[in-house]
Amino acid sequence: MLGKLQDWNDTIAALATPQGVGAIGVIRVSGNDAWAIVNKLFPSKNLQQQPGHTLHVGLLKSGNETLDEVVLSLYKAPKSYTGENVIEISCHGSFYIQQQILQALATHGARLAKPGEFTQRAFLNGKLDLTQAEAVADLIASNTAASSKNALKNMRGGFSGILGNLRDQLITFSALIELELDFSQEDVEFADRKKLYNLLSEIGLQVAALLQSFRLGNVVKNGVQVAIIGKPNAGKSTLLNALLKEDRAIVSDIAGTTRDTIEETLNINGILFRLIDTAGIREHTSGIIETIGVERSLEKMRNADLVLYLFDVREETNQSLQSAVQTLQGQQKNYLLVGNKVDDNGTTFEQDFNGLGNIVFISARHNINIEVLQEKLFSLIVEDKSLLNDTLVTNTRHVSALEKVQQSLHEIIDALDNQLPGDLVALDIRRCLHFLGEITGEITNEDQLDYIFSKFCIGK
Amino acid sequence: MFPEYDVIVAGAGHAGSEAAAAAANMGSKVLLITMNMQTIGQMSCNPAMGGIAKGQIVREIDAMGGYSGIVSDKSMIQFRMLNRSKGPAMWSPRSQNDRMLFASTWREMLEQTPNVDFYQDMVKSLIVKDNRVCGVVTGLGHEIKSKSVVITSGTFLNGIIHIGEKRFGGGRVAETAATGITEQLVELGFESDRLKTGTPPRVDGRSLDYSKMEEQKGDEEITGFSYLDVPKITAAQQRSCFITYTNQQVHDILKTGFDRSPMFTGRIEGVGPRYCPSIEDKINRFAERDRHQIFVEPEGFNTVEIYVNGFSTSLPEDTQYEALRKIPGFENARMFRPGYAIEYDYFPPTQLTYSLETKLLGNLFFAGQINGTTGYEEAACQGLMAGINAHQKAWNLEPFVLKRNDAYIGVLIDDLISKGTDEPYRMFTSRAEYRTLLRQDNADLRLTELSFRLGLASQQRMQQVIDKRKNVEIIRQKLNSLFLEPAEVNPFLESIGSSAISEKQKAAKILLRPNLNLKDLSASVASLNSVLQQYSNDDLEQTEIQVKYERYIEKEQELVERMAQMENLVIPDSFNYDGIAALSNEALQKFKRIKPRTLGQASRISGVNPSDVQILMVYMGR
Repeated sequence: MLGKLQDWNDTIAALATPQGVGAIGVIRVSGNDAWAIVNKLFPSKNLQQQPGHTLHVGLLKSGNETLDEVVLSLYKAPKSYTGENVIEISCHGSFYIQQQILQALATHGARLAKPGEFTQRAFLNGKLDLTQAEAVADLIASNTAASSKNALKNMRGGFSGILGNLRDQLITFSALIELELDFSQEDVEFADRKKLYNLLSEIGLQVAALLQSFRLGNVVKNGVQVAIIGKPNAGKSTLLNALLKEDRAIVSDIAGTTRDTIEETLNINGILFRLIDTAGIREHTSGIIETIGVERSLEKMRNADLVLYLFDVREETNQSLQSAVQTLQGQQKNYLLVGNKVDDNGTTFEQDFNGLGNIVFISARHNINIEVLQEKLFSLIVEDKSLLNDTLVTNTRHVSALEKVQQSLHEIIDALDNQLPGDLVALDIRRCLHFLGEITGEITNEDQLDYIFSKFCIGK
Repeated sequence: MFPEYDVIVAGAGHAGSEAAAAAANMGSKVLLITMNMQTIGQMSCNPAMGGIAKGQIVREIDAMGGYSGIVSDKSMIQFRMLNRSKGPAMWSPRSQNDRMLFASTWREMLEQTPNVDFYQDMVKSLIVKDNRVCGVVTGLGHEIKSKSVVITSGTFLNGIIHIGEKRFGGGRVAETAATGITEQLVELGFESDRLKTGTPPRVDGRSLDYSKMEEQKGDEEITGFSYLDVPKITAAQQRSCFITYTNQQVHDILKTGFDRSPMFTGRIEGVGPRYCPSIEDKINRFAERDRHQIFVEPEGFNTVEIYVNGFSTSLPEDTQYEALRKIPGFENARMFRPGYAIEYDYFPPTQLTYSLETKLLGNLFFAGQINGTTGYEEAACQGLMAGINAHQKAWNLEPFVLKRNDAYIGVLIDDLISKGTDEPYRMFTSRAEYRTLLRQDNADLRLTELSFRLGLASQQRMQQVIDKRKNVEIIRQKLNSLFLEPAEVNPFLESIGSSAISEKQKAAKILLRPNLNLKDLSASVASLNSVLQQYSNDDLEQTEIQVKYERYIEKEQELVERMAQMENLVIPDSFNYDGIAALSNEALQKFKRIKPRTLGQASRISGVNPSDVQILMVYMGR
């Protein structure tokens, strides 16, 4: 829950860049007194006399003690992100220095911002509307081209535009049915039931498409978890290196939740693939793999969207692979078999391993077919590439509202099919309009606001 | 000559009479001032009560202990439950009434109410001290003190009547208008405007040929409006109405009067009711329609006077007369009184709080047409609420407010004070977003207890509700525990064209079938009849509705709950809207003027966008 009314006149401050060691960090200060408060730490100039949208270099001091040499970016209300007076302090990227500065700001009257508070103020000052605020949250969380494109699309209206139009049409029908009800004693025109059916099926198609896009949208937003499993001598490390070499520039190590798990990330056509490198894979504790085989690895990688089973084409036979495939199918996992160590002489193994499902043959060491493997990974996740240009649903709030819309559509159609009285049909239509309205922003409730503003980090 | 009263009610129409009765029954000492003691409870327009949405309101008034339902039941000449073929939310009781009997019954009931004094005079101004009203001054010069004042002026404030090019002052035809109040209130900062309404000609029933019209009979079963057991006419005693239609010839004649029509020549400034248009309006606006429906309604048991419903007009009398006589059945019609239009003052109701008290002057309450509504039922329910709240105010008690999911009355008042109205406001079922909950069959279950706790509804009404709740629960259990055998139930199912059952089935499940009602089922299945026969039709019907429509009632309840957080989020009186930069200018102005009590109300103010409400919500720390 965010701050109450009395909280809105004070000045807030927070680190706007990620915590941790970097070359620089930015501390954002916003509020009526932002300039005055920062000026108390920045004695070399009278900031109050400076125009907005200017930069100032100088020493930041707490009393006689110098905290850092910084650059100040000045923004005067209302021309700032929050619509208030804002100063962004670019300081050095040391955690210690940043804490010292924040503490000094607090001493002089600034308050540490709560998560989402800057954006909340931007919203309250008319800088953003609610859908934009929601999209900002998504944008901040996005880390690939595809997901930021989608967030930007939503920021400009996205699918709420399509649904808004259909909702308007449904409102017209609702009004006609209401008219029939309220003037049932007089001979008035009736709402055309056939046109209503058509509209309902059109809305149904849109909603179904949007719901389907959620899987893809989720992938775009959160990436794809890929578990690579295989026997110790199958060549997993070599494969990882080969894959990562393709995209070295944007590969980085991301610290996971446990020290055991390291994620390697790979960007294929804008989709983030997270190659999960668990202890089971990285350390060649061959005993486990060999005795318990695929099952134990699967247990560990229950959350994987895709399992990549790597094998040595010279060691495995079609028959020995069958049991692995059966296990994977039993787990209803999306899987890809990758035959490694194909000969340089171009001999193909398709014949030997047919009938096993998705399969690719590569040589990790000789860099053969690595691109084919990447395309295959991509196409297993993104069945239709053109969908990436459509609007994608990435937001679970939207998904649950869409599901409610879908359910109420079925109920309207049921009511019409069974020739239920108009007032009952009208009730189902009202419900449908309500849930559509929760997506298009016509109807707001508290959960929605909580959802939106709780997704922010401090400083945003 | 006068003591100090708790409540003075100025005006004794549907609103004023309900207000006086409610305040008096709660224990206030009430003075009812009317310009004419002979016209208390007058039906100025059609001789009918109820209808779609309006019938639900009358049931609500009755459930709370108001008089309109009882008066209607005692004076009815025909009763119909409209929309029986639709869902129960649409069932709407409607009665034709004996106009004179209706008014005399109202007067009789008021006279029998302890604490109500009467005085025939005109209220010409209010006594105001420190922005509070503390009495009235009458046309005869009396100053009468009271703690609260309710004004129910109907069409009387500066009323002007139009018939063709004739124009004269009056509150109803042959009655003088009231003056003084508007001028005083405008001086004090109130905003006032003009509205218009109209009424059709009355004709001599002996001159009509009913064989050329369709007969519309009353129902076989007369359930009436009141939850109390009020003596009513029998089905056989009912009078029929008749239906006929205008035609092109009628329209052509009417058009010849357009150049003398006060509507079309601009002499009427007030806005008329869009949903109850005059015949000239209908011809003009729906030029493509070659006929319009006319309901021929008797004015009472002991009169030949006939009300020509659907033919409201302010065209010159000769045009009215010539056109009427081209309507099938009206060839030899003799006119008793011409139709006319009337313009009157109203005060845009956004100037009121939820208790119908004015925001500018404390202790002053408005009800009925003065608030821009049209219709007896709309007026009566406001009168009831204003009477209750005038009493509460006089005794320093909390205002009594009904929510939109409590009653049509709650919808009406919330609409009026949040949205205002610039045309006469009429209730529709579509205005109630929770229509399925606000049914005519459960008004007592919804409202009687609230009113009883307030000290208005009687102990007898409360006991009836307690019994009804208990019986419904028992009947439900019985329907859920009793299994019906194929042999005993199949003959009945076949007779209504419903498929037979092959093994025994729960009675409650069989009841879910469409086109099947509990009373008929029970009549033909002995085992069911033996457990249900001791219960009243009302209890059986209530259970049937709750069982049959359970799923729909639940769905609507879910929506109520989804919106509850908005309705429960109270905006403090002291809330400062200035300085919220993101609010649209229109929203800012409206919020400051209307001062919405909750976020829910804020969202219903016209011109306020969802984004304005979202901003308020976030601003309030949500």
